[in-house]
This record gives sequence, structure tokens and C-alpha cells, in this order.
Amino acid sequence: MGSGNREKFDNPVVEWVDSRLPVFTLLKAEYGVFPTPKNFNYFWNFGAIAMVMLITMILTGIFLAMSYNPSTAGAFESVERIMRDVNGGWLLRYMHANGASFFFIAVYIHIFRGMYYGSYKQPREILWILGVVIFLLMMATAFMGYVLPWGQMSYWGATVITNLFSAVPVVGDAIVTLLWGGFSVDNPTLNRFFALHYLMPFVIFAVVFLHVWALHVTGSNNPTGVEPKTKKDTLPFHPYYTIKDSFGVLLFLALYSAFVFFAPDSLGHPDNYIPADPLVTPAHIVPEWYFLPFYAMLRAITFPVGIPFTDIVFIEAKLGGVLVMFGSIALLFALPFLDKHPIRSARYRPLFRPAIILFLLNFIFLGYVGSQSADATLFGLPLSIFGLAATAVYYGFFIVLIPLLNKYEEGRELPPSIHESVLEAQQKSKAPEAA
Amino acid sequence: MKKITILTLALAVLSGGAFAAGDAAPLPHQHWHFSGYKGTYDQAAMQRGLKVYREVCSACHSLDLVSFRNFEALGYDEAQVKNIAAEYTVIDGPDDDGEMFERPARPSDRFPSPYANKKAAVAANGAFPPDLSLITKARHHGPDYVYALLTGYGPAEHGVEVPEGKYYNKYFAGHVISMAPPLMDGQVSYEDGSPETLEQYAYDIVNFLTWAADPYMEERKRTGIKVILFLLAFAGVMFAYKKKIWADQH
Repeated sequence: MGSGNREKFDNPVVEWVDSRLPVFTLLKAEYGVFPTPKNFNYFWNFGAIAMVMLITMILTGIFLAMSYNPSTAGAFESVERIMRDVNGGWLLRYMHANGASFFFIAVYIHIFRGMYYGSYKQPREILWILGVVIFLLMMATAFMGYVLPWGQMSYWGATVITNLFSAVPVVGDAIVTLLWGGFSVDNPTLNRFFALHYLMPFVIFAVVFLHVWALHVTGSNNPTGVEPKTKKDTLPFHPYYTIKDSFGVLLFLALYSAFVFFAPDSLGHPDNYIPADPLVTPAHIVPEWYFLPFYAMLRAITFPVGIPFTDIVFIEAKLGGVLVMFGSIALLFALPFLDKHPIRSARYRPLFRPAIILFLLNFIFLGYVGSQSADATLFGLPLSIFGLAATAVYYGFFIVLIPLLNKYEEGRELPPSIHESVLEAQQKSKAPEAA
Repeated sequence: MKKITILTLALAVLSGGAFAAGDAAPLPHQHWHFSGYKGTYDQAAMQRGLKVYREVCSACHSLDLVSFRNFEALGYDEAQVKNIAAEYTVIDGPDDDGEMFERPARPSDRFPSPYANKKAAVAANGAFPPDLSLITKARHHGPDYVYALLTGYGPAEHGVEVPEGKYYNKYFAGHVISMAPPLMDGQVSYEDGSPETLEQYAYDIVNFLTWAADPYMEERKRTGIKVILFLLAFAGVMFAYKKKIWADQH
């Protein structure tokens, strides 16, 4: 951010500002001429898309907060007032509710892209870790946001999830009381969740700033996983990627709009249109879809861990589930240090590539397991067995398979440079025409 | 004690005790005027539905989120809405002497509740008759569900025991419902010559209630078509521009 070797701007106003606070130099360096690998595919759009969704969520959220009443007596009604009596209120609220889902869609694709192309590897470990921090903050924010309408799922979801912390030995009950602000989910809970739900997005924004900063120190990874070597390998960010990102963002927004305008309630649960009632438990308490894989891992542990054939129990089933769920995210933090394989991109890793695709399918399957009632069956077997197996696959990928691949996987030959790989791909696509 | 209940409940949910929703019959799907990306509300059906609501449903079910002024969306003009409102009495106050008083409802008033509070509603009915403002959003496939429920009464099947004062309904979770069959042929008279049948009543009330739950649906869909066309056209322009910019790279 220094202004040491600053180039002069022609526009006198810009120059006057820039010589005092070099914001224009910064913009030019980081978003104008910033050297970016020239071989990005469309998976590289999702960072920009996630950024657009974050801003959409913050803006719609601020306007919703102006008409929202964070009290158990008034929350549900105030949301319906927004839907009925606030000008454009239905649009704000549907954009915000569906925006959460589409923010998660963008971020899930962004995370998977990072895993597939090895974007977490040296020297991008901190960049990746900051990304996982953002993901974790998003989950907390989304969970608290879902509580705010104070419908049945809000109330019971909050009850189930906050109760998880009571599994923590010794201090568990104290944590739960602190979260609730009392002895059950009630008005103080709603109040503090609203305060935190308003705060967290700005924390996310700050971490996104660090994430982008770290990105601009190491530069972007790319589909080959080979670092840019010469100027031939990169393009200036503007106009090449500003324009490509704009195209991707618009297409994504069109899909998002299809939900906002034509199926606005399809991603939510009907029970959340019933005002919260502490005396009536919903038939199925399910979290929002983006939590389902983690919910499945939480429910996978249905047995205590202890010394077999004795009554000695080290970990109760409930604590086991909580540990497994949080552990699944801890593994994401550890990923850069688990995967020591010198090749980044799955393109050049014949074993990692099918493994990471299976990992994705397994994760989607976990989502299915999480969406079903716990006594459901599949192929005549209890679904909980499949949940446990899929959880084992999730863990096995990180702590068994990746270390094995470190040792034994032989990579394919890497292209000498990004430029060469692009030329080769172009020749291949032109060859059939010539023939 | 309450804490223990909640803990047990959380554990039950976590360890596999999610409650079964009851084996209600699969819902038959109806053709609704409001379905589809261009679907609109059928005003005549909504007006008839309002009549059914006022003459039958409103005896037990509130419609808390709807104001009389909202009825202009059903095709009534300001004077007609005033007249409908004036047929109801609401409690207002306190006046200058500190007394609550009754007065005819105005268009700005919410539709009055049949009961003073939830406990009174339960005491009178044996179960809480849910508020209907959001009922079509608060059930899976809400419009089909309400239609099926209203037409799903009949003699008990599959050996279901129906206690005294309860009724058998094919589409209700658990099959035993506290609501007596609310509608029957000829119960509400129609002035527009529509058939006075249970099916027609059910169809009309669903139209009315779907509007009550989602009054901005038409505006939403109209806006949506414009927004998506704009985004796609803009994306097309950006794609062409991107092709041009990237031409020297391919």
C-alpha cells in the first residue's frame, strides 16, 4: 500500500487525491494490471460471485433490519409486515432468504474448486485457512439468521443446535445458558442472535478483505496448478477477468432470480410459516439444506465411546456427534498440512482426481442422509448405518487416503508453463477442423 | 424440569427419534389458476372464497394478517370494502374516559378474530384452530393440502379408532382431526351461478387463502420475468463483449 514508486495520473483531480492517498494506484495495481493466470475456467468465477452475494445479503439485511422487531412477541408479525406492508418488502425478504442459499451454493463451489485444483497448497495455506474461517462464520451467521423470523423451525432449530454445546464436558451447561441468556430459548436469545446476526457479516467482510489480500500476495492458482513463470502466462485482471466475472455473475444472478421470483419458499421449510410455539414440537426438525451434510455427521454417532464390555464411557454419543461434526470442519483447516503431494491440480493426479470426485458425491449423499428423518431406511437398512459409513468416508479421505497418496501417487507430467498448456489445448481443439 | 425435557428432546432428535408425521394419504394435485410462472389469481373464485370464509371458516379460524383494505385486491372498490368492514365490530380505545369501546370496523382494521385469545379458542374447540393467513405456505403443497383436507372426510378406514367428538380425515397426519367436516353441498349460496358443491367451495376457499398468504404473487411473477430477461440479455451482451476482448488470446 506504499506510495513509493507511484505513477502519475493524467486527470488532475485523481492525481491530487492519489498523491495524498494512493487509492487509485492501489486499485490499478490490484484490480487493473494485476497479473492473473490466463487459463482460468468458469470455476474461477465463484469468488466474485460469492462477493456479490455477500454484498447483496448485507444490503438487503440492513433494509430488513429497519422493519424487523427482535422480540418473541413481535418478530413473526414484523416479518409478515415486511412481506405485506413495507414497500418492496417481499422482494427484500425473498432476496435475503434465498440469497443465503445462493451465497452457500457459490461458496460450496468455490471451496470444491479450491480442493480440486489444490489451491490450498503451499504458498496459499493462509489464504485457504481464511477461506475456511469465512465458511465457519457464514454458518454461524446463517444459523442465527434462520432463528430471526421466529417460526417453528427457527425456535426448534435454535433449541436443538444450542443444546449441542451442553455436550461439552464441565462448562457445557454454562455455555448454553450464556447462549440463551436464560434457561431456555427465549426473548434474550432472539435479541442476542439478532445483534450477532447484524454484526457477523461485517466480520465476514473483514476476513474477506484479508482473504483477498492474501490472494494478491501469492497470486491466483489456476487449472494446471503450475505457477506463472513469464509474462506470457498471465493477463491483466482488467479487462480480461472483470468482463468474464461480469458474465458469470449475471448468469448466476439470473438463476438466483428464478428462485426469488418463482419459487421463493421452495428452499425453506413450511413450518417456519407457523409462529414459534414452545409447547408444540414439529414432526421433523431439519436445518436448512446447506447444513444437511454436517447435520448427518452430527447424527451419525449414535453410540458412546468407551472401553468395550465395561461401563466406562469416555465420550457420550451426543458429545461424539458434536466432535465429529466440528472435526469435519477442523479437517478442512488441516487440509494444507495433510496434503503434501507436490502436484496441485487434480488434472495431473490420476488417483486424487477420482478420489476428490467421490468425496464430493459422498458429501452430497451425506446431505441426503441429513434431510431424512433419523428412522428412515435405505435398501431395507437403517439410514443411520449409511450416515456412519459416509462420515467414515469423509474422514477417511482426509486422514487415510490423502497421506497414502502423498506417499504412493505418481503424478502425470506437468505442462512446462501455463502458456504451453493453453497452446496445446488450442491445437487440440483446432486439430479436428484441420483434419 | 423444562431443561431436562428440552435436553431429552434434543437428544431424541439427534439420536434418531425424529417423530413420524403420520401416514397421511398422498395429496392429489389440482390445477390452480395461480400455478405456473404466469399464473394469476382468479378474482371471482377469491370473492366466493371470501364469502365461504366469512360465513363458515371465520366462526373458528382467525385471519390475523389480513386487513379489510387488502380486499381491494379481490376486485372490490373502496366503497364495497368499507361496507364489508362495517359489518364487523372491533374493540377500540381507551377513549378519553379510559374506557374501551366497540365501533364498526374500518378498512384499515385487521380482520377480527373469533376468539379473544388462544386459550379461549382451544377451550371452545378442543384443539387450536390455526390462523389461516399463512396456511397455504405453512403446509407442504399448501393449496393441494387445504383442498384435500376439506374434501377428505369420510368413514374411518384402516382400523383407525376415532374418539368421540373427533373426525376421520384421509389427508390429516394421524387421520384423527378435531375439526368437524366444515363444508357440505349447498351450505353457502353463490350469486354468480357457480355450483354450490363441496368441491367448488374447497376450490374457492383455497384461491382466497392462497392470496391471503401471498398477496404479492402476481406482482412478484411479473417483476421476475422482467428481471430475468434483463439479466439474461445483459449476460448475453457481456458474453459477446468477453468474446471480443479475449479474441486476441484464442
